[in-house]
Amino acid sequence: MSKQFLFDGRPVPFEDGQTILQAARAAGHYIPHLCWHPDFPPHGSCKLCIVKVGGRHVSSCAMPAKEGMEVESNTPEINGERRALLQMLFVEGNHFCPSCEKSGNCQLQALAYDLEMVGERFAHFFPDRPVDASHPDVLLDFNRCIFCELCVRASRDVDGKQVFALTERGIHKYLVVNAESGRLGDTDFAASDRAADICPVGVILHKRVGFARPIGSRTYDIQPIHEVDMKERT
Amino acid sequence: MSHELETANNRERLNKVVIDPVSRVEGHGRVTLLIDDDDQVREARLHIVEFRGFEVFIQGRPYWEVPVMVQRLCGICPVSHHLAAAKALDRVVGAVPPTRTAVQLRRLMHYGQILQSHALHFFHLSSPDMLFGFDAEAGRRNIVGVAEAYPDVARQGVLLRKFGQQVIQATAGKRIHGTGAVPGGMNRHLAIADRDALRAQVDERIEWSRAAVALVKRLHRADPALYDGFGRFESGMASLVGTDGAMDLYDGVLRFRDEHGAILLDQVPDQDYHKILREDVKPWSYMKFPYLAERGAERGWYKVGPLARVQNCDFIPTPLAETERREFIDYGAGAPIHAPLAYHWARMIEMLHAAEVIRDLLDDPDCVDGPLMQDGVRGREGVGIIEAPRGTLIHHYQVGDDDLITMCNLIVSTTHNNQAMNTAVREVARHYLSGHTLTEGLLNHIEVAIRAFDPCLSCATHALGQMPLLVELLDARGAVLDSRVRD
Repeated sequence: MSKQFLFDGRPVPFEDGQTILQAARAAGHYIPHLCWHPDFPPHGSCKLCIVKVGGRHVSSCAMPAKEGMEVESNTPEINGERRALLQMLFVEGNHFCPSCEKSGNCQLQALAYDLEMVGERFAHFFPDRPVDASHPDVLLDFNRCIFCELCVRASRDVDGKQVFALTERGIHKYLVVNAESGRLGDTDFAASDRAADICPVGVILHKRVGFARPIGSRTYDIQPIHEVDMKERT
Repeated sequence: MSHELETANNRERLNKVVIDPVSRVEGHGRVTLLIDDDDQVREARLHIVEFRGFEVFIQGRPYWEVPVMVQRLCGICPVSHHLAAAKALDRVVGAVPPTRTAVQLRRLMHYGQILQSHALHFFHLSSPDMLFGFDAEAGRRNIVGVAEAYPDVARQGVLLRKFGQQVIQATAGKRIHGTGAVPGGMNRHLAIADRDALRAQVDERIEWSRAAVALVKRLHRADPALYDGFGRFESGMASLVGTDGAMDLYDGVLRFRDEHGAILLDQVPDQDYHKILREDVKPWSYMKFPYLAERGAERGWYKVGPLARVQNCDFIPTPLAETERREFIDYGAGAPIHAPLAYHWARMIEMLHAAEVIRDLLDDPDCVDGPLMQDGVRGREGVGIIEAPRGTLIHHYQVGDDDLITMCNLIVSTTHNNQAMNTAVREVARHYLSGHTLTEGLLNHIEVAIRAFDPCLSCATHALGQMPLLVELLDARGAVLDSRVRD
C-alpha cells in the first residue's frame, strides 16, 4: 500500500521524493503556481503554491510529501495570501492587460481571474523598463517580468546558452541579457530556443505575431487555468 | 468673422462666466465667456482641458500592438482608432491592399461603429434638447425623459445602438475595445450564426433609421428659423470620398470644399495629408487648430463630420440614404447648408446609410470565408485615414527596423472641428446671450451648439445625462455677482 497524506481532507498517494505539488497534481488536485514548471526543478520564488502544513506556510513545489501530512490549500486563508502575492506581482511591473498581446495566454492574468483578484491593493511601482527589440525574431518587454527565472533556467539548462540572468537583489532585482551591450540581438539566442517559449507572462514574445489569434479564443479565455493545468499533466 | 470674440480687449475689466464641464458630450471641455457691464459678450472660447499624450507613449512600442493600444483613446468610437491604426500599419507590413475579405470585414465593423455612435449621439445625448426645447426643465433633458415622453423613440434609439454594437462584437470580438483588425488584415471571419442573427434584425433597423431621418426633418420643418439659423456660420468642409466621389467612410481620397461649396482640393491621397494640412496652436487650449495650408490659418479652417460628408460627396451609394441626401441638398436651394443643427439631419442620413451598408455586407460571402491576411514589401511609414463618426481621423506612424514605433501623429475628428465649434459658440453667445441675464436655459444654448458637432473631447468617456455644472458670474475684481449650481 502506497504512502499518502491528506490534501484538503482527501487522501493523496505519493512516492518518496515527490513534492506536495507533484503528488497533489498527479492525483488531480490543482495548486496555483507560476515559477514551477514540470520540466524543471523547483524554484520556490513566486510562492503562489503556498499551502498550510501543520500550521506552517510552505512552498508546495519544494516541500517533500510525507506520510500523514495534513495539507490545506484551497481555503479562504491560503487563497487570500495567494491573492495578495498576485497583487504584489502586478504592482511591481507594468501589466496593462488591455493592450498586452499575451492577454488570454498569460498565466499571471489567468491566476488573477482564477483567484478572483478584483482590484488593486498596493501602490504601483511604475518601473521604467524600455523594451529590447534588437533581436530580429524575438522582443523582450521587461515591464512584465515576474522574476520566475524560467527563461534563465531554460536557456542555461536546456539551450546551453545562459542568455538571461537576474541582477540586483530584493525589490531592486531585474532581468538582464548576458551580453556586453545588454541587448538580445547581441547574443546567440534563437527563436527556436526553449527559453523563447517558456515565459508564463508577456516578456519574451515572438515578433510580428501580436493579436493574430483573437482575444476571446485563447487558452485561458476558453478554460480557467486550473482546468488547463490539470489537462496538461496527462 | 471666425476669429471675432476670440480675444477681447481689456480682458481684466470684463466679467467671466464659466461653463464647466460641458455636459452630454464625450470628454471634458469648458466654455468661458467674458461679459462687459452692459451684459454684452466680448469673448467666448471652448477650451479642451484634458491632456492625453498618446502620441508620445505609443513611441517605443511594437507596431503590432498599436491598433489595440491606441483604441483606448476612446470608449465611444474605439473602432475608428483601431481601424485607422491598422490601415496605417498595413503599409508597414506591405499589405497594400489587404485582402477583400479583410476589407469587407473591416467595413462591416466600421459601419456598425457609425451606426451605434450616431444612434448614441442623437437619441441619448441630443434628442432631449430638440424634443423638449433648449431651455426646458434641466431634469427632463436626458434619455430617461425621452423614454417617458416618447417611449418608441427612446426604445428604437437604444436598440439601434445595441445593433451597431452587436455588429462590432461579431467582427471585433467585443462590443468595446475588440481586436479584430491587425496590421495586414483581420484575425477572424464573421461567424455564420452571428451573420444570421444580424440579418434577422437588419431590415427593422433600416426602417427605424428611416424614421429617425423623418423625425429630424419634422423638427426642422416645425421651426426652420431656429434650425437654419442657430449658431450658423460659414466655413469650408473636408472629408474622405471615394475616388468616384461616392460617400465612403472607410477609405478614399481627401476632398476639401470652400464655404460656397466649390471644390478646393480633390483626389488627395491619404498618404499626402501632411502636404496640405497645418496645425495652429493657441495658448488657451490643449487642442490644436488644423487648417488647409494653401488658405492659411485665418481662412483655411473647415468643418468635418456628417454635415461636411453628406455635402462633400457626389452621391451616397445606397438607395434610401441617397434619396435622403438629395432632399437634404435640395433644402439648401443651391447653397451649402452650414447650420450646426443640420448636423443632426446629416447624421441620421449617415445612420441610415450605415444600416443599408451593413445589410449588403451581411450578404457578402467574403465576410464568412476567404483569406484574412496579406503581406508584402516591408515599409517604414504609413498613414491611415478613416471617416470616424465625428469626422476625418488621421493616424500616421513611422516604424524602425527593429519594429518599434518611432513617430506617431494623430489628428482626431474633433480637432478638425475645433475652430468650427468655437465659432458656433461665439455665434450663439452673440445672438442669444448678449444683453440678457444669464439663465441655465440660456447657457444650455451654448452646449446645444457644441453638442451638434458630437465632439469627443477626450476620446474617452461615456458621459450621459446630467453632469454637475457650476456657473458663476464674477465682477472685474473676482467677486461673485451671481451663481447657479446644477448637481
